[in-house]
Amino acid sequence: MWKHLPLWKLLSTVELSTSITKSKAIFSSALNFDYSKPHYIKFFSSGLYFIILFLFLFFSDPSPNLTFQSLQQPKTTTDAMALARRSSGLLKPLSTASSSSLLQRRPFSTDDTTTITVETSVPFTGHNCDPPSRSVDTTPKELMTFFTDMAFMRRMEIAADSLYKSKLIRGFCHLYDGQEAVSIGMEAAITKKDCIITAYRDHCIFLGRGGTLLESFAELMGRQAGCSRGKGGSMHFYKKDACFFGGHGIVGAQVPLGCGLAFAQKYRKEDHVTFTMYGDGAANQGQLFEALNMAALWDLPAILVCENNHYGMGTAEWRAAKSPAYYKRGDYVPGLKVDGMDAFAVKQACKFAKEHALKNGPIILEMDTYRYHGHSMSDPGSTYRTRDEISGVRQERDPIERIRKLIFAHDLATEKELKDIEKQARKEVDEAIAQAKESPMPDESELFTNVYRKGYGVESFGTDRKELRATLP
Amino acid sequence: MGHHTNLLSYRRRLFQPSPAGDRKLISIYHSRPLFSVNSNLFCLIDESMWGIIRQNVGVTGGLSSQGLGNHMMRLRPVASAMRSYSSATKEMTVRDALNSALDEEMAADPNVFVMGEEVGEYQGAYKITKGLLDKYGPERVVDTPITEAGFAGIGVGAAYHGLRPVIEFMTFNFSMQAIDHVINSAAKSNYMSAGQINVPIVFRGPNGPAAGVGAQHSQCYGAWYGSVPGLKVLVPYSSEDARGLLKAAIRDPDPVVFLENELLYGESFPVSAEALDSSFCLPIGKAKIEREGKDITITAFSKMVGYALKAAEILEKDGINAEVINLRSIRPLDRATINASVRKTNRLVTVEEGFPQHGIGAEICASVVEDSFGYLDAPVERIAGADVPTPYAANLERMAFPQIEDIVRAAKRACYRSVPMSATA
Repeated sequence: MWKHLPLWKLLSTVELSTSITKSKAIFSSALNFDYSKPHYIKFFSSGLYFIILFLFLFFSDPSPNLTFQSLQQPKTTTDAMALARRSSGLLKPLSTASSSSLLQRRPFSTDDTTTITVETSVPFTGHNCDPPSRSVDTTPKELMTFFTDMAFMRRMEIAADSLYKSKLIRGFCHLYDGQEAVSIGMEAAITKKDCIITAYRDHCIFLGRGGTLLESFAELMGRQAGCSRGKGGSMHFYKKDACFFGGHGIVGAQVPLGCGLAFAQKYRKEDHVTFTMYGDGAANQGQLFEALNMAALWDLPAILVCENNHYGMGTAEWRAAKSPAYYKRGDYVPGLKVDGMDAFAVKQACKFAKEHALKNGPIILEMDTYRYHGHSMSDPGSTYRTRDEISGVRQERDPIERIRKLIFAHDLATEKELKDIEKQARKEVDEAIAQAKESPMPDESELFTNVYRKGYGVESFGTDRKELRATLP
Repeated sequence: MGHHTNLLSYRRRLFQPSPAGDRKLISIYHSRPLFSVNSNLFCLIDESMWGIIRQNVGVTGGLSSQGLGNHMMRLRPVASAMRSYSSATKEMTVRDALNSALDEEMAADPNVFVMGEEVGEYQGAYKITKGLLDKYGPERVVDTPITEAGFAGIGVGAAYHGLRPVIEFMTFNFSMQAIDHVINSAAKSNYMSAGQINVPIVFRGPNGPAAGVGAQHSQCYGAWYGSVPGLKVLVPYSSEDARGLLKAAIRDPDPVVFLENELLYGESFPVSAEALDSSFCLPIGKAKIEREGKDITITAFSKMVGYALKAAEILEKDGINAEVINLRSIRPLDRATINASVRKTNRLVTVEEGFPQHGIGAEICASVVEDSFGYLDAPVERIAGADVPTPYAANLERMAFPQIEDIVRAAKRACYRSVPMSATA
């Protein structure tokens, strides 16, 4: 019966229009209805017909509803794909509902076995090393995952923008939209035992490491359900069990910290690496070179990832750096320049870098990327760059668009399905925000918790020490 | 040299190598417990012990009469100790105390490592880490380039991952290059991550003035670090303090700033048997009453404890019975002990070498005024370094840092025993 639905739907549009005219006639006559006459039978039957029609129309809406998942399984993947190909808009099968969450994949996109080879947008440029090949192997599942995850990240950042404007997020809020490919590509190349440390533009990195939307939004709004229980804020997201060490507010300080993580990994003889992320603004920090020198001296498995979005707050890179070739700044340390808007280029580069770092020590990756928002929410982002530039990059190089085109090129999903994924992302983000809003603010006793891991019962004070004292456990 | 020959013959007769076959001094402290068996003390004497004995003579003979004065003669007490070992008090320099503490903690926990400038092949700028490179290898005793910000950050990053670094700053003046990592990366991380990431790191090194090293090398950082929540700041005085507090610091899961004093490194102090045990540990946040008294409380830390004790002896002759408190811990500050003492004596003099404004003495004074105001019989007196960058000339430098007579004078003022001064404009 479901296969006939398209036609039915077509018919229903016709029927709807006729039923509306019918019902108009019915209702107008109802006003002058004469109950003594036997016309009421006709009235009720028409009304009933209208109600039943309305119910059918309501249930025909192919929104991703969990109750329909069981009904919508097509027999084989090729069936659905054949349907997709044959359909031209009107005859789309009902089964093309988008996935309802990151975990539930669309049936045909769980294909992990087919290998698709993708070419990166531009070849890599190497410094003191042979760049890896432009061809990257991937699977349909990975492509769909990239799209879905990036759609979620994009949606989260846009939602954070409006939350900040409605004053639910306070202080700093540095948004990552435009740069999602760096996080996604990196995660695809590494494991959760490889460490990542980044600066304050950390919401999407946290998500990539396995953080949830609820934890992100609750932390941004300073609630208990946040990843740092509301005590960190936008710049201090952490997820230690996934080896994500923040979230750091001091520009450039995370680079020696990341080299320290790599030091610990080498000390313990682990087969893992650390990705230390920083921006083009931080690339001029002295401590970066200090740490890089030591990392190179001691062959630490540290990968320094410069997310070059070309603006250090309001200062363009040409005004801040004498040599904006950040991948070459390591001098004796090899470097690779990567198109940071191409998730597959990032994935390939990170894979290459991990192999290199485990054998030969540090390497620098420069990700050529772009942020659509300003430096933070207090920066409109258009005083030091033109709107044309921003929209130009959005049109030419947007990471999500690139994946979308790849998906279409390989016939992995239709436009409507991708739109559904984005709708689903919007929905989940809205739900997470609603949930986060319900989460309470931290208890007042939390002012004094976690000052020390071991406090020895030491006394701590509030602003008026005769009013508020606490013992640290 | 006769006594040397005696000792040599003892050694030849009774020397037994330690289990590890290591004949360096540091093996003494964890090869076997001391004083349990008669022959042990003799077994532990070897070449480096000779070095220490000779060094003790040279160093303490050469020092001015600071510290606990009557421990000048080294050989004779040691020789007699060898014959009457059961009642002898072992003497140890602060340097050896720190070295032994580091050694024991590194032996006990493979996650502990030392990092800093000249800690390895140079054997330590002040020889605190002597012998550790040979024993533990270059992976655990890491020489760094002169890049404080870099290696402090690397240390904190390693601590994030679960190692237990001991980062040495050649002096704490250079810690200012890395202070962002001490405070923003280390102290605040446990709080900002709501307990996910603790930082079990120790930053140690000499603090405060040495002798004639000039303005940029003479600042005391106790007040700066002591004001930061999330840090623990320890200031040992004697060898026992040094051993116990460094061990406690290394075992502590939070960042500890361990402020030593260069001039104390060579000073010898008696150490009890339990202090020599490898599991010896002093509690963090507890001050020690070095000298009981009832007329006035004098608080001090680090080198000033020695000065305060001397001042107390001088005051004793004038009938003022001073109680000297060795703070041991600037953060957490042992307000309970200080206040209890002030409630007993009703007068307080605080002594420190750092700059006076916003200093440790200011905090102690405020604490006492808040908690024990009714018990004070006189205003709190503060003795601190002069409010100037440290001059080089010897006479000016002497004026820039507290001397024993300053403490005595302040104590007498607090006891209303001083000669009235003419009013100053």
